[in-house]
This record gives sequence, structure tokens and C-alpha cells, in this order.
Amino acid sequence: MVESLYIHIPFCNRICTYCDFNKVLIKNQPVDDYLDALIREIEMIEEDRMKTIFVGGGTPTALTEAQLARLLEVVTGKFTVTDEFTFEANPDELTPGKLDVLKSFGVNRISLGVQTFNEDLLKVLGRSHGYDDIFNAISHMEKIGLDNYSLDLMYNLPGETMEDIEDSLRHVERLKPKHISWYSLIIEPHTVFYNQIRKGRMQVDDDSAEGEKYFHIIESLEKLGYPQYEISNFSTAQYESAHNKTYWLNESYYGAGAGSHGYVDGTRYYNIKPVNHYIQSMQESGSVVKETLPLDEKARMEEEMFLGLRMNRGVEVARFNRKFDRPMDDVYGTVIEQEIEKGHLEEQDGFISLTEKGRLVGNTVFMEFLL
Amino acid sequence: MNDQERLKRQEKIRNFSIIAHIDHGKSTLADRILENTKSVTSREMKAQLLDSMDLERERGITIKLNAVQLKYTAKDGEDYIFHLIDTPGHVDFTYEVSRSLAACEGAVLVVDAAQGIEAQTLANVYLALDNDLELIPVINKIDLPAADPDRIAQEVEDVIGLDKDEAIHASAKANIGIEEILERVVETVPAPAGDPSAPLKALIFDSVFDPYRGVISSIRIMEGTVKPGDKIKMMATGKEFEVAEVGINTPKPLPVKELTVGDVGYLMASVKNVSDSRVGDTITLANNPAETPLEGYKKMNPMVYCGIYPIDTGKYNDLREALEKLELNDSSLVYEPETSQALGFGFRTGFLGLLHMEIVQERIEREFGIELIATAPSVIYEVYMTDGSVITVDNPAEMPDPQKVDHIEEPYVKSTVMVPSDYVGAVMELCQKKRGNFINMDYLDDIRVNIIYEIPLSEVVFDFFDQLKSQTKGYASFDYELIGYQESRLVKMDILLNNEKVDALSVIVHRDFAYDRGKNIVEKLKTLIPRQQFEVPVQAAIGNKVIARTNIKSMGKNVLSKCYGGDISRKRKLLEKQKEGKKKMKAVGNVEIPQEAFLSVLKMDEE
Repeated sequence: MVESLYIHIPFCNRICTYCDFNKVLIKNQPVDDYLDALIREIEMIEEDRMKTIFVGGGTPTALTEAQLARLLEVVTGKFTVTDEFTFEANPDELTPGKLDVLKSFGVNRISLGVQTFNEDLLKVLGRSHGYDDIFNAISHMEKIGLDNYSLDLMYNLPGETMEDIEDSLRHVERLKPKHISWYSLIIEPHTVFYNQIRKGRMQVDDDSAEGEKYFHIIESLEKLGYPQYEISNFSTAQYESAHNKTYWLNESYYGAGAGSHGYVDGTRYYNIKPVNHYIQSMQESGSVVKETLPLDEKARMEEEMFLGLRMNRGVEVARFNRKFDRPMDDVYGTVIEQEIEKGHLEEQDGFISLTEKGRLVGNTVFMEFLL
Repeated sequence: MNDQERLKRQEKIRNFSIIAHIDHGKSTLADRILENTKSVTSREMKAQLLDSMDLERERGITIKLNAVQLKYTAKDGEDYIFHLIDTPGHVDFTYEVSRSLAACEGAVLVVDAAQGIEAQTLANVYLALDNDLELIPVINKIDLPAADPDRIAQEVEDVIGLDKDEAIHASAKANIGIEEILERVVETVPAPAGDPSAPLKALIFDSVFDPYRGVISSIRIMEGTVKPGDKIKMMATGKEFEVAEVGINTPKPLPVKELTVGDVGYLMASVKNVSDSRVGDTITLANNPAETPLEGYKKMNPMVYCGIYPIDTGKYNDLREALEKLELNDSSLVYEPETSQALGFGFRTGFLGLLHMEIVQERIEREFGIELIATAPSVIYEVYMTDGSVITVDNPAEMPDPQKVDHIEEPYVKSTVMVPSDYVGAVMELCQKKRGNFINMDYLDDIRVNIIYEIPLSEVVFDFFDQLKSQTKGYASFDYELIGYQESRLVKMDILLNNEKVDALSVIVHRDFAYDRGKNIVEKLKTLIPRQQFEVPVQAAIGNKVIARTNIKSMGKNVLSKCYGGDISRKRKLLEKQKEGKKKMKAVGNVEIPQEAFLSVLKMDEE
């Protein structure tokens, strides 16, 4: 049984300079046709209950109130959402009207794309919101009692100083969100940033104190009552993201919408990315899946490890043994021993987890778990 | 066959090879000749039949030689026996070229109708003239738009002295002029001289090792006759063997009863190692030996050495076995075990030149599945010690303490660069930068200039050819020959990573160039060595004196922080890529160094 669903809204009013997700400028896009196709895809799902639903993008809040209502009508009509129902939102687009729509359909968590509190850096990132928009959005949310939100931040931005991080931390202290995601900027191909660098118009700071900033963030948030529970995620008690934990626990989820990824019955799949092709394919064949990749047991074990180790608690040995019907030790005994020796891993209370040192070089550790 | 029959047959034999610069169409012409003599049907042909190794095919060059017997019915109605002897097309194998030319009476000189004569062509023409071969000039690729066959024929006349009216205009690709070439071979290439009843003299012009049949030697009979059961003797090494089989290539091997004067074929005599059947050696009969061997035998000595190490240290024995197998087939390959503090156990290996080195490394990686780290190539230095002794050093790490050294000599080559006159300045500048001494320059015609320099071999073996090509837009062609040792003001420069000397990165440099080189190397290493978990100082030092330094910053962090919206396949791909990259790295101390770093140390950056 699949208990999680991701829904992708690939439209934005503005394209951020760092974004490499599947998105298009909303202007002149067939948004309603897209919603038709998306709704058809959602309705094909067998289950009628979902533990978690996450609507992401692009920018879901780029939709109009009417469009939001139409989508939510179908989603909530089809599924009983038992646990967590999250919407990604841009501060400037989260108007009282849209918030009311979300709230009325039972959305109970907002993933708020703040990124930074420095106006200059917001411009560098190509964000459409300004400093004041953040507070307006939050006060609307609090007013209507939708106060479970994740403050989504970024660091390691071009031109960023330690003071910018301190500034964000002060705002965290003041705003007291339930949850914080704090990702470091990765310059990906097919982004504005990437092209600027390639043309020599932007310098990447070779000297960046990324590691230093990272540990500072972890320590400071811990002190503020947000212990780290995943490489880039921090939370107060009881507010860890249930939906994202589906990924890290390597459990099944559906992905609906253009370019979405899903994982069902041990098979990863992803949908057609271009909006028009997605719509057309749904109209013509009733299917939008671009490719399916069945995973063999080896791949499933690898993923169980490199996803699970992202979480501070790590991978539960007994759970692994049950899931694959063989002891973790048989498969990874040597690797685990080696990595413990290097100080990258530790074993505690039946869990294998990254140490602080291991967290800094996570990829190097994960890589060792590829069989 | 009795001697009279042998002599009569001898009259109809024509032995020739094809001389051409790389890409001027030698292999295509060989294919065409094979087709036109109906020795092989087109259907049986893979393109470029004579080049049998995959590597040769990929690189478009011939490494090992082959000889094919062909039957040709000429316009005079007579049947002729052709032996077409293929030659390697690279400067590293000049000696093998000279021996295969010595097995011929004639050569077809192929010149590209657009590009004209190149230095390598000229070098091979001189080799052919040394062997008194009859030359048949062929202007190839006349069907290409840029072709200017009349101008090129004039160039051949001016530069080589072959009458332009005799040049055959051809296109091997389009099958134009092939018959004319074959007729010309019949008319002008002399039949082999020699006495079939004289004591045997057979020239070995190639030897390959076959795991099932032992060494197969390609031979040309100059005097006498050889057949299975004969006791033979290698005149240079003195070793004796019994002939198991003689035969010809059609191109498939075909055993025959005997090989006699003028014949070009193969001989097998349970020889276990190619070094017992060396290229250039003369085979004679043990109980009726010739008085003198054929001229021109040279033992081939390696010119370039480098250390090769398995990345996976557990594969040391596999590497040894791979080298043993390659050695069976390659008498110029030499190796001995060596140990590097940085790289562990490996082998110091000697090669004829850079191409030879690359080919051997590639074969080990490809055919034996062993991933290698190779150190920068080194030449052989002669080090004159203060106590009067002389030692040879082929590994920079083993250069003695400068206090004990009186002076150092290094091998020099005479390099010949042929280039359009527009690029003379660029070539001379490069040669100066490579510590060359100007010797001579002569205009071959209005446009083409031959520039001769004496340059240290160590400067040539690295990126000289690459730089030459790039600075002359590919117009320059290049040839070199070793001329002996000269004194140079050389010093050993060590590279320190994280304050530890990495012996495999040590290089010998000229004192005057040391600072620039040192700076260059550390900067290059900075870009090649990935950031580690800690800051890594990179230093170049002569003795205890650091002459250049930089730092590789510690990495920020190395973890996929992004969520990628559930796109786990992407995470997996990134991890797999990283793992693949790590396989190519060698941990030295606690610094991980990628393979390229070891080779890059001596390459100059373009200014």
C-alpha cells in the first residue's frame, strides 16, 4: 500500500537563478489543461487514503484561488489525508485569499520559500519576494491558525557572509517556525547561475567557508531548539516532515504531474517533463509515465542505506534485516566496519548512523554502500 | 623445386612496401591492392585488412608489420608474385620500418594530393634510398576538392628528385590508378637477386608471439632456402632452433614446403620469446652457416622510461603477468620491479617512445583489465659522480644527492620540423623554449621549410608534438633521431603534498627553467587534485629549498544536501559517478591524487 503522494505544479511567476527543477514561466501556459491532465493522473491512483501529500513545484501558489480550489477539491475528495498535507508557497504569493482556500481544504503544513532575509541576496537568487512579504505571509498564516510551517532557507550564496547566517538565525529565534530546511546552494546545469559562471559573469567563491557555515548552522539551531534530523533539515519535537521521511526511509510514494518521480512496488518511475507533452500524452494515451526503472535487490539495499543515512538517527538494522530478509552485516559488515574506523559512522541502539565528521563527507560514505 | 625452377620463379617476384605519412592513405591503398589482385574477396575484407590489432585500427596507425603474398597477372600476360610488406607509421618504430624496407626491392611512395610531403614521409624516403629501393611516386586522394596533384608532383620532384612525369595520380578510396601502380611495380621494381643454393640468409623484419605456436617471425630470404626440419641459427644471438613450419600470408597464414630467395613469409621454430628472434637479425642454417650476417642489425634500446603501478595494489602480480605476456611479443619492452613510497609496488618500464608507452599502457588496461597509474616519462640520464664513476638514472626519484654529482648528461635528438614558411617563427620559438640548439634551416621550395634543431630528448617526449601541432595549426610535421649525450645543467625537483615528498612526482629539470616549471606544476596540481577534507600545501622544491608553493583549499562539504524532489535515481547517478572517479585516484598518504596528475607534471601550459 502506498501512503504518500507528491504532486507537481510546474509553473512560476518568475524563474529563480538557481532552480533546476521542472518549471516554466506561467505566462501563456495551458494551466487549466495541465490541471485536467494532473487530475486525471491523480484519479487513476487506487488508494483512497494518504498519510502524506506534498504539493510542490515550480510554485503551487502561482495558481489562482480558483485553480487551487479545483485541484484541492479533487485531491481531498479522493483521499482521506490522515497525517500531513503540505503546500509549498512563495511568501509574496501566499495571499490571505489563497491561504483561506488551502486551509479550508485541510492543508495543514506550509513549506515557505524564504531562502534568506537579506534583500540583496534575494535579488541575486532572482526571488520575487522581498523582506516584508515574508512577515506578511507569516502573520496571515498565524492569523488563520495555519501555524505549522517550515522555514525554507539557503546558505552558501554568492557574496553571503557569516553575518547573513547570523541574521537568519535571529529571525528563526524571533519567528519560531516549527521546522527549518536549510539547504546549501548547489550550482546545477541548466540554471541562470550556471550560465553566468560559464560566461564568466559570476565568480564562485573558491574560498567559501561552507563547512564552517554548515556546522555553525547545526549548532546554533540545536541551541534554539531545532535539532538536526536530516542533513539539511531541523525540527522542533513532533514536527519532522513526515512526507520527506518517506523518501529517506525508502518507502513507496506516488509522483503526479509533469516530471514527477515515484516509487511503487520496488520500481522507480518518472513522468514526461515538458508540460505540453505531459498534457498531450494524457489526452492521447491516458498515461504520462516516461520511464520505469525496476530496482533489483542490490539497488534497493543500496538506496535503503544511502537514503537512510541522511537521517541523524540513521538506518535501523532490524528494519533492514526484516525488509531484505538477510542480516545487514552479511551485506555491509566490511563497509560499516571500515567507515566506523574512519570515524564516519557509528553504531548505537540498533541504528547505524553518520557521525558529525561523516556528515561533512556524506557522499563519500554513501558511495561506499554502492555494491 | 630444383634450383633452376627456383631461379625462374625468382624472376617473377616483386617485393615492395608502401611509404606514407599517417592519413595519407597507405592502408586504404593496401586494401585496394589486395582487392585488385583478387587475393582476397571484398566480402572477406574488413576495412584496412593489414592492420590486425584493434588498437591499430582505432588509432589508425600500424604498429606491427605484416607481409602478404599476392598473385598478379600483368598486362604482359605473365603471372607475378607480389609481396606487399606493411610498415609501421610512427617515428617510435623507425628501426622496424628500416628493417622491413630492407626486405624489399621497391617502395610505393604515397603523398597526399593536398598536403604534400611531410617530415615523416621524407624520413622514410631516406630510409628507402638507404636500402637502394626503387621508388614509385603516387599522388593519392586526387578526387578530393583540395587536391592539387600537379603542384604536389612538382614538390616530389623538387624535394626527392623523382621525375614529376612518373608520378601516378591515384585515389585509393575511389579505386583510381591502382592498376597503373601494379603495372609499375612489375616494370620497375627489380626481381630479387640471390642464390638459392647459397648458405641461408634470412632477414627477420618482425616477430610476434602467438600463445599456441610460439614466436612467429616474418622473414625475407636473401640467400639460400629454408624448410621445416632445418636446424637454424640466429646470427646475432647465436641461439639454435629447429624449423617447425614455414609459410606465406595470403593474408591468412598458409604453410609451404620451403621458402627460397626472394620469398617473404613466416617461420616458426618453437621460439619461446621474441627476444630470441630479434628484428634485424639474420637466420642461417646451423650446419651450413653464412659467413657474415646481413647488415643493419641493431639491438633496440628503450629511449623513455616510466613507472607503472596498479591502482589496486592487490593487482601487482597481475601486472607482472601482463608485462610478461606483452614482453613475449615486444622485444623492445623492458621492465624491472621498483617501489615508490607514494605508489607502492610497480615496475620501471622502458619504451621506444611515447606512442609505444601509451600503447603498452592502454593494452594493459584494456586486455588485462588492470587500471594503472603511470608516472611522467623520463629519459636516461648519465650522471658523472665526483668520485669519477658514472651512473645511469632513468627514474628522477633516484637522482643522487647534488653534492655528489659532478655533472649530468642527457640524450639529445636531432629534430627535423617541416613547416610552411609562415610558421617558422612559431617553430623556432617553441624549439628555443624546449632548450633547442639551432642547427640549420633550408627552404625546400617557395613555401616549405625544413628546420633542424638539436633538442634534449626529455623535452621532446612530453608535449613537444602537441605544442608543435597547435602552434602551427597542424601544418608542421616532425621527425627525430637520437644523436648522443650532452651536458646540461639539470636538477631534481621534488613535489611535496601536505609536506610529504611524493617520489613519483619528482622531475628532472634544467636549472634555468626550474622556477617556471615549479610554479607551473604546483598550479596544475592545484587544479587536478580535488579538494580534500583538509587544506593541502603543494610545494616544489630543489633540495631543501622550496621554489614554488600553493594551497589546495579544504572542501566545504561533500554531501548531496538537496532533496531533488524524490528523484532518487539522480542521487544514485551522482554517487555512482563519484565512485567511478575515485577508482581512478591513488591515495598518497592521506591525499587522493587522480591519475592525470602524474602525467601532467611536465606538460607546459600554453601561454
